[in-house]
Amino acid sequence: MKAWAQFFEMGGYAFYVWGSFGVALLLMAVEVVLLRRRRRRVLLQQSDRAPKMKVFKENETTT
Amino acid sequence: MLATLRWVIQRDATLAWRGRAGVLSTLFFFVIVVSLFPLGVGPELNVLRTIAPGVVWVAALLASMLSLDRMFSHDYLDGSLEQLLLTPQPLSVVVLGKIVAHWLVTGAPLVLMAPVLGLQFDLPPGALLTLLWSLLLGTPALSLIGAVGAALTLGLRGGGVLVSLLVLPLCIPVLIFGAGAVEASITGASAESHLSLLGAMLVVALMFAPWATAAALRISME
Amino acid sequence: MARRKINWYKYTSPASFYPLAGKVIPFFAALAAVLLVVGLYLGFFVAPKDAVQGEAYRIIYIHVPAAWMAMFMYLLLAVYAALGLAFNARIWAMMAAAIAPTGAMFAFISLWTGALWGKPMWGTWWVWDARLTSTLILFFLYLGFISLQSAIEETRRADRAGALLAIVGAINVPIIYFSVQWWNTLHQGATLRLGRSASIAPVMLAALLIMIAAVWMYSIAVTLMRVRNIILERERHAPWVGELAGEVK
Repeated sequence: MKAWAQFFEMGGYAFYVWGSFGVALLLMAVEVVLLRRRRRRVLLQQSDRAPKMKVFKENETTT
Repeated sequence: MLATLRWVIQRDATLAWRGRAGVLSTLFFFVIVVSLFPLGVGPELNVLRTIAPGVVWVAALLASMLSLDRMFSHDYLDGSLEQLLLTPQPLSVVVLGKIVAHWLVTGAPLVLMAPVLGLQFDLPPGALLTLLWSLLLGTPALSLIGAVGAALTLGLRGGGVLVSLLVLPLCIPVLIFGAGAVEASITGASAESHLSLLGAMLVVALMFAPWATAAALRISME
Repeated sequence: MARRKINWYKYTSPASFYPLAGKVIPFFAALAAVLLVVGLYLGFFVAPKDAVQGEAYRIIYIHVPAAWMAMFMYLLLAVYAALGLAFNARIWAMMAAAIAPTGAMFAFISLWTGALWGKPMWGTWWVWDARLTSTLILFFLYLGFISLQSAIEETRRADRAGALLAIVGAINVPIIYFSVQWWNTLHQGATLRLGRSASIAPVMLAALLIMIAAVWMYSIAVTLMRVRNIILERERHAPWVGELAGEVK
């Protein structure tokens, strides 16, 4: 266990080392999440439209 | 082609003269910004002398950025830019004319004003002369580089801030060598290398910017 | 057909590029993950600590790859931009737009990790040395490109204006770098170098190269993901997107 503690300590530079890698990996993860979300949003927007268009076409015959 | 150039310069300069209030505001901005620094930093002449090259140059840079709007937007808004695009003359010549006129009206006053402002910072006469030369070589380069940004952002909201964001990084070399030249003069060293590099940058900008600006105008106007 | 020849031209159409990108993304993502694990393992558990800098030098394993990626991606951005202006196929401009945010992110990471490296080593959060300053300016160039594209509403003008800006920026990068170098050497007596002056141990070099490769694969995967989103957004009224959307629900 002591070896792990020493590892996390990073010779006293823990804040700097983990601050660097932590922020970098966090940003990279956030980027992937945001991209996935954006993709789902666009596809859901499009699938919302299709049924609405169909309803409109059916109503058109009553003019 | 020279006739076109002269015609465009005359036209733009005349129009600018008629609306000279707007032009003078660039000069006033320059003067005010430069004068703000001693107020912020304290009146100690040794400090002021050290920061003077950077301060005057950054102020000139900012004033230049803010004045870019007038290069194309007036003509864009009243439709004459569209007509200029249709002339048989090469667009880069027309653009060069506009840039020259723009510099005459906004940059040249800065060049003339700067030595006076340099006195506020207790710059020695040699440095004042270098300041004049550096701005004389640098401000046209700033106008040339800025023209590309002005053409790209034609008609967009966000105006002066957006153009500045785009153009300022590209102007950094001019700033470094312009301020560096004056600094060298203050310490008694020769500013020749700085000034020659500034001159080289001006030549390169002169070769590429009108052409790039013309391309940018076409992109913005289609 | 007697021989199967790949018709590359068809992939310049967004509708064809979309599924192709979709097929290769998992491959690059997996590669990135593996290389990341190997690189971090080598960098943290195998490579010894530095004689002078102790454990803090390990930041190099993220700082250098991020800086390298930021610069490389800007060049790529300019290349795609030029292709977009030259060939008028929309996919090139879409790729340019897809690269920018990731490139900007890595420029930021480079600056952030540079600051966190500088504080314990040289006592200040920021050092105006040539490389950090150039990276800062590169970050501004990315921001300028992204701002310009988001300020323009018509897609075609946004693509072409951004492309011109990117090309002008890329041409300027060497000039900017040279100027900053000059400025830096004139103003500082002792040159502070963030790099290692002594020869680098092979293990450290290996870890560094693997991390660079990891970040590279990651960037490819993420850029392809983003370009797929861009394609979906721009082609949203096309029937194939409608079909795809139908499958999502």
